[in-house]
Amino acid sequence: MKRILTKPLTNLILAVSAFQASTALAQMDHSAMQMEASATTVDGRDPHAYSDGYTLTEGPYAQPGPRQLKLADEHAFWSVLVDRLEYQKDNDSTVYDAQAWYGTTFNRFVIKAEGDISNGTLEESSTDLLWGHALNAYFDTQLGIRLDNYRDGKDRRWLAMGVQGLAPYWFELDVAAYVGEDGRTAFTAQAEYELLLTQKLILQPRAELNLYGKDDLDNGLGSGLSDLALGLRLRYEFNRQFAPYIGVEWTDTYGDTADYRRSAGRDTSDTQFVAGLRFWF
Amino acid sequence: MTGMYGALIIEPRAGERYPAQQDHVIQLSDWTDEDPMRALSKLKVQSDVYNFNQSTFFDFTDDVSKMGLQAALEKRQMWNQMRMSPTDLADLSAATFTFLMNGTTPAGNWNGLFQRGDRVRLRFINAASNSFYDVRIPGLKLTVIQADGQDVEPVTVDEFRFGPGETYDVMVEPQDDAYTIFAQSMERSGYARGTLSVRQGLTAPVPEPDSPEWLTMKDMMGAMGGGAMGHDMMKMDSMGQTKMDHSQMSGGMAMDHSMHGMQQGSDNPLAKPSSTIRHARTEYGASVDQRVDTPSTNLDDPGIGLRNLSQRGLRPQGHRVLTLADLQSIDGVLDDRRPPARELELHLTGNMERYSWSFDGLEFGKSTPVSLRHNERVRIILQNDTMMTHPMHLHGMWSELETDQGELRVRRHTIPVQPAQRISFLTTPHDLGRWAWHCHLLFHMDAGMFREVVVS
Repeated sequence: MKRILTKPLTNLILAVSAFQASTALAQMDHSAMQMEASATTVDGRDPHAYSDGYTLTEGPYAQPGPRQLKLADEHAFWSVLVDRLEYQKDNDSTVYDAQAWYGTTFNRFVIKAEGDISNGTLEESSTDLLWGHALNAYFDTQLGIRLDNYRDGKDRRWLAMGVQGLAPYWFELDVAAYVGEDGRTAFTAQAEYELLLTQKLILQPRAELNLYGKDDLDNGLGSGLSDLALGLRLRYEFNRQFAPYIGVEWTDTYGDTADYRRSAGRDTSDTQFVAGLRFWF
Repeated sequence: MTGMYGALIIEPRAGERYPAQQDHVIQLSDWTDEDPMRALSKLKVQSDVYNFNQSTFFDFTDDVSKMGLQAALEKRQMWNQMRMSPTDLADLSAATFTFLMNGTTPAGNWNGLFQRGDRVRLRFINAASNSFYDVRIPGLKLTVIQADGQDVEPVTVDEFRFGPGETYDVMVEPQDDAYTIFAQSMERSGYARGTLSVRQGLTAPVPEPDSPEWLTMKDMMGAMGGGAMGHDMMKMDSMGQTKMDHSQMSGGMAMDHSMHGMQQGSDNPLAKPSSTIRHARTEYGASVDQRVDTPSTNLDDPGIGLRNLSQRGLRPQGHRVLTLADLQSIDGVLDDRRPPARELELHLTGNMERYSWSFDGLEFGKSTPVSLRHNERVRIILQNDTMMTHPMHLHGMWSELETDQGELRVRRHTIPVQPAQRISFLTTPHDLGRWAWHCHLLFHMDAGMFREVVVS
């Protein structure tokens, strides 16, 4: 079962990586491609056709020196969203899942941090440091590194490339492929949906799955589909930026990951009741 | 939004064309206690952060019980597919704003006086940062005599909508003791209010704001919104049949005329505005979330939330809402009768999810100026590829609105362009220099819907 799974999965990861790389290339080539398009595309009106060659800093009546007027499209904005900061009762652990960004509308530095704290120490954490660039109206490509830390395992470093954004029917998607040391590969996908029961009471289903290209004995992760988590959280937005919630999270492990857990005497699947806070600023 | 403002009234040297016994300035604004730039940055994070009129799960179940599961799903399908909100009528709302009339809250109730039998001139100024107002005075007919400070043929209506930067001067002849001046915001989250009365302290009933209306297919797709694709929506939307027919007609007319133009050939091809849609190549990118290929070109649409109010039982029979088609400059105002020598087309664009606004998909920082020649007669076509109304303000020269048949209508400085609408205006730039041209919703302007115009 494991062998059958592994190969297609590795291929999938490679395919996603290739897609990412080509997207990144396409983005970089953007300006050159556009120049060509203007000459050949019939419908592609030249947005600079009315400028007579003048720019915001050159031409009649232009003010000398650097341009004074810069609007919000050239300003940097930032945000920190703590999507989940929750206590899991049965594990007696605290889980955090946050994302912060700094940048403009189309180019952003992004940090994603996820981790698990129990008995006062950080049990495991995963932190992505990414450069985000707008791919289309709704999605950003993200390129960077991911750092995994384990209290009882071996830390891992990865190159990360992913896509994050809003899919039709309002699904928030976050999909990433990773290439690590020693030929390790990984793939994660997350999806969230917000169902408004009222303007302030919001039910959020959430799904996350992780795949690995290679067994990782040190950290108890098997190749192939490693784990799947499904959660349902009900939050009340006192205001849009501050919302406590309660919920339930079900996780299941598969393949070697499940085997490792079994041999360590742990359950392969798990249902947790959670209570937490979602907030952003 | 914050800070100070005032009204500047310039009286004509020869006196007012329509004398009045009373003259009141009614300046509407919107106030927030938040730092405006903080409010903008919240919209950058979550563009529906101030919208508390969103469609909920229970709205859906209500629709299912009223119209059946399939119809309820169909009603939402296009919106969900396109990741657009049908209640996205404004970016901000009473969640952060207090709507003010002459700087006074609705509870403060600004009071203007008159004597019975007076002709009263009300100078309505929308000085809001980001809010359209729908204004009416229950019990009074409003005779619009000026738009943007320019005399128009008097037109009598019951209600009008105006956006930031627009002004309307209105004559009323009150007979009762007290009237409420009621200005609800376009997204229906609140209102500004004041009273006209014969003595201080009187009040008249204050209407409830209307419930917010979903944007329609017409607002998304323009003229084709009434066609086959919109059929299912049409049954369900409160929008009337007549509006639909009308928009279809105008679409058809525009197409016919472009064909005439081609057949005749020898006539001035610029006699009428071009009806060929030409999207800029920069509209095909991350900055733009939709483009309209079948814009409506009629000027007689009062806009979302103001259509067929009498038929829907929201206003008395015969209630008339001002539209752009009702406005005609009085003789002599439009003094340059030359046909345009050339035609420029620009599209109003945006990405609601990223909260980014632009012309032709280019925010100000990426744009180049629009270059106009001194004293030339030029036509500018504006097509709105977004689902919001943009009050477009061109500084330094007039915007002389024409119909889709090239008939000059009215001189404005700020023209509201409705969702999926294509309008055109002529201008003669007399004054040299660099001028601003922008959406007067100030957050749209700041987010990039801003161009420089060079007159040289």
